Order: sequence, then C-alpha cells, then structure tokens
Amino acid sequence: MSDVRETITRVHHEEWARVVASLTKRFGDLDVAEEAAAEAFATAVERWPDVGVPPNPGAWLTTTANRKAIDRLRRENKRDDKHKEAQMSYDDPPEPLGVIDDERLRLIFTCCHPALSMETRVALTLRMVGGLTVPEIARAFLVQETAMGQRITRAKAKIKAARIPYRVPDTEDLPRRVSGVLTVLFIVFNEGYLATGPDTDPVRHELTSEAIRLTRLIRALMPDDGEVAGLLALMLLTEARRTARVSASGELVSLDEQDRGSWDAAMVAEGHRLVRERLAAGVAPGRYQILAAINAVHTSARDVRDTDWSQVVALYGQLVRVDPSPIVELNRAIAVAELDGPEVALATVDRLSEKLDGYHAFHATRADLLRRMGQSQQARAAYDKAIELAGNTAETAYLTRRRDQLAGPSKPS
Amino acid sequence: MQFLVSVLDDKTNSATPEEMTAITAFNERIIADGNWVFAGGLAAPSAATVVDNRAGEAIFTDGPYLESKEYIAGLWIMQADDLDAARDLVTEASKVCNRRLEVRPFL
Repeated sequence: MSDVRETITRVHHEEWARVVASLTKRFGDLDVAEEAAAEAFATAVERWPDVGVPPNPGAWLTTTANRKAIDRLRRENKRDDKHKEAQMSYDDPPEPLGVIDDERLRLIFTCCHPALSMETRVALTLRMVGGLTVPEIARAFLVQETAMGQRITRAKAKIKAARIPYRVPDTEDLPRRVSGVLTVLFIVFNEGYLATGPDTDPVRHELTSEAIRLTRLIRALMPDDGEVAGLLALMLLTEARRTARVSASGELVSLDEQDRGSWDAAMVAEGHRLVRERLAAGVAPGRYQILAAINAVHTSARDVRDTDWSQVVALYGQLVRVDPSPIVELNRAIAVAELDGPEVALATVDRLSEKLDGYHAFHATRADLLRRMGQSQQARAAYDKAIELAGNTAETAYLTRRRDQLAGPSKPS
Repeated sequence: MQFLVSVLDDKTNSATPEEMTAITAFNERIIADGNWVFAGGLAAPSAATVVDNRAGEAIFTDGPYLESKEYIAGLWIMQADDLDAARDLVTEASKVCNRRLEVRPFL
C-alpha cells in the first residue's frame, strides 16, 4: 500500500510535466491539459492501490488524461475547430519519447514567457511543470489560496488570448529566453533558501529541492547550455550546505562558522563535476557559471582558513564585468576583506551606500567589517539597521547575536 | 492574425523629423514583408467626443471617455503569426518611434 503511494509520488514527479505538455500540444489549451492531468493522477491514486501499478505508468496516465480531456470538451460542447482537428479518438498511440521531451521544453518556455509578470511565471512554472498544487504554491509564497488560484487562471487566459505561442523559441531568441527560465528557477530556489516572512521556516527544503529538480529537467533537455549547467551547480553547491547553515536553535550559521563535515558530499561532488565540465568547455562563462565557480572554491576548502580568497576575488572581478550590479560589488568587497583587510573593503562598501541603503546585507556587511576594525559603536548601528531590514528569521537571530556580542555598552532593550 | 499596437504618449503629433524618417523606413519595410495592415497618428483626446445612442436619443459628450495623463497617440495594426513574431516587430517599432507601445491581439 505505502509502496504504491511512493510509486505514485515518484511517477507524479517524473510524468506530470510530460502529461501536461503532451495534452497542451494536442488540445491547444493549458487549462484543459492541467485539469485532465490532475484528474488522471487522482484516478491513479484511487485505483492503483487496488489494481496495481500499470506496467507503463506514463502511458497509462497520458491515455487516461486524454480521455478526461475529451470527456470535458464533449461535456462542455464547446469544441472549436482546433479541437476537432485534434482527432478526438480514445486510442491514439502514445507519441515517441523524443517528441514529448520537446513538448516539455515548449511547456517551460510558455510558462516563462516574457509577456507574463515574473510572479506569474514562477507560479505557472511550479503548477504546470512542477505539478505543485495551488494550495502548495500559495503556501510557498505566503499568498491566499484563492489569490494564487486566480493568478494561475488569469495567466492561462492571457496565454490563450494574447497568442503566446506554444513552442521553443528560435535560435536567435533562445539565449535570452533560457536566461528568463533560469531566473524563474533561481527565484524559486532563493525563496526556499532564504525564505522571507516572520513566521516561516528559515529554509524551505520543498522549494529548494523543487528548483533543483526542475533545473535537472532543463539540463537533461538542454545538455549543452553552459548557464543551465552553471545554475544547477550553483544550486547543488548551495543546497549541500543547507543543514549546516541553520543551527539547532534556528540561527543562521555563517560560512566561516559552519561544520564543513556536515555538508552533503555527494551534492558537492556533483556540483564540482559540473563546474569542471564548464571549465573544460572553454566558453566564456555567464553569471551562473561564475557564481558556481565561486561556490566551488568555497566548498573545496576543508577549513575556512584554506579558502583561496585570491581566486574568489578574481572570480568576483569576472562577475562584475558580466553583471556590474551593486550587489555583486558588495560580495566582491566581502572577499576583498579576507585578502586585503576590512579597511580596504569598507571603502568599497561605503561607496555603495546610496544604491544599497535598503538592503539588509549591505548593513550586515558594514557591521561585520566595522566589528573587525574594532569600531563597536558604528558596528552596533549597522547591525541595528540590518536587523530592521532582514526578513529571514534565522538571519535576524544571527545578526542579533553578533550585535549583542559587541564590546561596549549595549542598548537597554 | 492581427495585433493592435498602441503608441503611448502624453502629447500627440510630437515625432521629431528623425523619428518620422525612421518610422517611414520601418513602415515601408513591414509593408514589403506583409506585416503592415494600417498605421496612423491620432489627435489628442481633447478632440474626442463620446457618443451614446443606446437609449435611442444620442447623447454627445465632449472629451475622452477616460481621462489620463498618457493616452493612445497613434496606432499600428500589424499582421503576425503569434505574440513572439509580433513582439519582434513591436520591439523594433518602439525603438524607431521612440515611444512605449502596447500590443494586443484582435479576437
């Protein structure tokens, strides 16, 4: 019984996107595809425990979902010509695998279309490609279930009405569109990794692992894309440190204080392998590949004192050229502090104050540099500002401890 | 299929001579490529009249049905296969006319 449940969960992970994609292709309608796929899985949950798992679960689900879709269209009696063209017979042979794989890519590119708002792309991708339910997605983003349901419904309607095409973009458009897909996946990952909100768990594993799973899928579909490999490596090398990153008391543990023995060795190894693969490709790396390489340097050091900081600084220099944002400058300054001392780094950080004044990490970085320089009073003020702006519970706890450890008189609380 | 491309601006008939030259060249090209259906500038909303003859006795109201700082100062109707194809044209059109554009498909 529980075996069947596990099988259904696994099949759901493996087959959901495939079923939705092939039905979207056939019926030209995301809404029909989504509902029919959900019904097919519900039927599996109901029947498989009694009659057993069919020998080819994917084909069974596609066939069942096809029938559900046809039933719905007949019921609604709203068949337009396109649906008639789709030849609504019950016993179409399943399409060859290669074609269906392409369809999953179509589905991903449609859900991440630039004509949709970013929050819509995230929600739609998790629903259509990831197979998360509306309540699950609503919980993940701390949104009311009805609001999330409406967001997804509106998105499906816009795709249809605005004539967003269901296809893989042409070669010319592809790099930009892939980058748009990766942004969506990185948002999902980051929301899991640094969850915001006073009442949420600091790390939400279900989101980080979902982001990794979807990135793996895209990697399997686009194995030659360097940035896809880079993002997967970056996620793996970050996720590998997940358990070491939050203490038993729910406080963030900074990289230098983490128990490196508790990092997930398999994930680190896989991440390193991907980074080496990209280095060997000899193609100028994009943003995610450089970030992955930086994380590879950190995870290669068995002790924080073994960190090759000059390499980290060099990689951040490379990243600044690809992505000259103040946040990248801030991260580069953190590495510079290790190499050239906090005074040098602080000079750079202070130049960013205008652009980053509302960003908690800016104040946290200043606080740490000032602390190391022995400027307790200024450090305290910077910690206060960082605590005020931080949205993650573990981070707030960490910053508060650091502030309270400062020498000198503390504020009455 | 056809798309309505609206030119968003807070003044009308305001294209510079350079912009007009670029717009004309762009129009000639999309006419040759079969993507052009119609294009034209519009007078300011202050020139608009709202007509309501639903009740059988026409009521004329001076001015636009919606007051806003920005309005539709001109439009294209373009022929394209889907939003991606339209978007490529509109991206270029926004550059040549130096204005923000809204793209919407006809039903």
